[in-house]
Amino acid sequence: MSDYNFAYLDEQTKRMIRRAILKGLAIPGYQVPFASREMPMPYGWGTGGVQVTAACLTPDDTLKVIDQGADDTTNAVSIRRFFEKTAAVGVTQATTQASVIQTRHRIPEEPLNEDQILVYQVPIPEPLRFLEPRETETRKMHALEEYGLIHVKLFEDISQHGQIATAYAYPVKVEGRYVMDPSPIPRFDNPKMEMAAIQLFGAGREQRIYAIPPYTQVVSLDFDDYPFEASKAEGACALCAADHTYLDEVIVDDDGGRMFVCSDTDYCESRRQAGHVGAQGTPMGKDAA
Amino acid sequence: MTPLLDVQNLSKYYGQRIGCKDVSFDLYPGEVMGIVGESGSGKSTLLNCLAGHLEPDSGAVLFDTKTDGLKDTVTMSEPERRMLGRTDWAFVHQHARDGLRMGVSAGGNVGERLMAVGARHYGDIRAQAADWLGRVEIRADRIDDRPTAFSGGMQQRLQIARNLVTGPRLVFMDEPTGGLDVSVQARLLDMIRELVRDLGLSAIIVTHDLAVVRLLADRLIVMKDGHVVETGLTDQVLDDPQHSYSQLLVSSVLQV
Amino acid sequence: MITVKNATKSFVLHNQGGAVIPVMGNGNLTVNPGECVGLTGASGAGKSTLMRMIYGNYLTQSGEIRVGDLDVAQAEPREILQMRKHTLGYVSQFLRVVPRVPTLNVVAEPLLQRGTPRDAALERASELLSLLRIPERLWDLSPLTFSGGEQQRVNIARGFAYDYPALLLDEPTASLDGRNRETVLGLIETAKARGTAIVGIFHDKAARKQVCTREIDVIEFAPKAAA
Repeated sequence: MSDYNFAYLDEQTKRMIRRAILKGLAIPGYQVPFASREMPMPYGWGTGGVQVTAACLTPDDTLKVIDQGADDTTNAVSIRRFFEKTAAVGVTQATTQASVIQTRHRIPEEPLNEDQILVYQVPIPEPLRFLEPRETETRKMHALEEYGLIHVKLFEDISQHGQIATAYAYPVKVEGRYVMDPSPIPRFDNPKMEMAAIQLFGAGREQRIYAIPPYTQVVSLDFDDYPFEASKAEGACALCAADHTYLDEVIVDDDGGRMFVCSDTDYCESRRQAGHVGAQGTPMGKDAA
Repeated sequence: MTPLLDVQNLSKYYGQRIGCKDVSFDLYPGEVMGIVGESGSGKSTLLNCLAGHLEPDSGAVLFDTKTDGLKDTVTMSEPERRMLGRTDWAFVHQHARDGLRMGVSAGGNVGERLMAVGARHYGDIRAQAADWLGRVEIRADRIDDRPTAFSGGMQQRLQIARNLVTGPRLVFMDEPTGGLDVSVQARLLDMIRELVRDLGLSAIIVTHDLAVVRLLADRLIVMKDGHVVETGLTDQVLDDPQHSYSQLLVSSVLQV
Repeated sequence: MITVKNATKSFVLHNQGGAVIPVMGNGNLTVNPGECVGLTGASGAGKSTLMRMIYGNYLTQSGEIRVGDLDVAQAEPREILQMRKHTLGYVSQFLRVVPRVPTLNVVAEPLLQRGTPRDAALERASELLSLLRIPERLWDLSPLTFSGGEQQRVNIARGFAYDYPALLLDEPTASLDGRNRETVLGLIETAKARGTAIVGIFHDKAARKQVCTREIDVIEFAPKAAA
């Protein structure tokens, strides 16, 4: 155990953040301002998510951290170690074992349950930002439910690309009221947001926290004649043969060779453990050798 | 017949300084009102108070709403007033970039107001946008271009299309032809006049250009130092001005 | 149809020491439907002024000016606008139009303003332009590019596009050649026959004799002090 207070932040700060979280849960999709602290990591590396996680953790929790679905990338590993060090909580890579999951840009493939909390890292919480730069104006638009502008963005997509080309951070309307940026998750994950677990969103630089309580209606915005589609790359995972998961494209050589594999590493591995073998995969066990 | 707009003793101060004081007039459906005066006479302040962009210090601006009849827009709730701004009212800015989204295509600019009042069918929205671009003489193949690629006159016409697409009943215009070449101005004036006539619009046009009001406005308000010094039929005020300031204004126009 | 009673008018020039220029002391005039009253008197005697007062273009200080049921001297601007739209037409000596608007549209304008369907309005405009011998190749051009006589005829065509119950004609035949002059006088006769009440200013004495049912010398209306 280190000399840090439990989970790095002081107790007053955690109380302040918990109040913001509770307010966010009470008003699903509403961006609650909070006094974001300086964290020992640069902005853009998950300072918002880390503060929310710190405020949620108890000593009995088991933490999982993913970055783009993977447990083993720099960002995920750093944050996991950070809480191992400052909170001495148990960590895991298994989605089913975790009670708190901090994520950057993915929702795990395995459906979450009521005992879990999913914490998102959010770079820009304001879905209207790129169309309306004035914060005073966007706040008013949320307050008065003036959401025509968000459709202008989708309209522009169709005009330019013949379809809604927004592939991530696809705007949603929460419980029929607030339009919300789901953070840069692929739109493939959007339908999963109607889930059993609590979802919390933290934006450190922008000092905003928002939340979706369990079983809340989350509708992806669209046009009548261009309905929302949860898209993914065609085909199945090269390692585990899953054809229902979000796939990452991996370049394997300098000649343009590539393969598609599950973005959710834990999910892929569980499938391979269970005996699923993809086109370029090897059965589990032999793989190690 | 109820007036579309009934302005009563409207005053706005900037600290001690008068923006506009005790302005009263009414506007009936289909009428075009011109507000003239030199820079700083309070005409833009007045226009912004009428359009809900500025909060007046006293007075009332009654607008004939579709649902409740005459209603004071100064005291109505902000959501209600902003809803008027998207539906029954339109505002054409002097500088098109104040009234357009420069980063959004022409079609998106026109479609925004439709989407703001709930349109959710892309094909319909695009068809209406294309129709309106045609009406303001912007070629259909420019629909996906951004206003940054348009000339000043085109930007202004795009702004008008964007404003009129939801069928407003009252259009506020702040120097709509200011800053345009005279040849472009003439075309725009004619277009505005035709739209006003064909759609039965009412309009309030602020300008310092007496030639513009002679061609567009039915009635005229002459302002000086925040006060209304004369009102009347446009041609009557221009041809037989009564107030010394109006006489000065009319006699100061350069003859071509 | 048109009644003027004790109308007075003076100009106050605020920027020239408040000089007061009285121009009319006691205007009295009655024009019945089907009549054409010619105003006579020397240049500057106030013929055009009276006409402008009737049209609401100049304010009347006191007295009464009735066009139909409306007292123009007291009327609200919008009542005057309605009158100009439905009751009283005015052919002035000057053509004032938006630059670059085609002649055909300029002539059809009074009809379009009243909500006449576009096709019908343009057809009537073409009829009148043909009648007044404006070559068809000019119809798509702005009348501002025309000669004086052509502009005058466009102005007349516009004034006669709609059959107003009352008409004011300020020098309608001034710069016209013989044949066009006859055409215009014919239009006036037709209007009279239809029951239109007309007030006209004609310097062309023969024309005046031909179409006017009465003549009134406006010198009678001149302000007493100034006279």
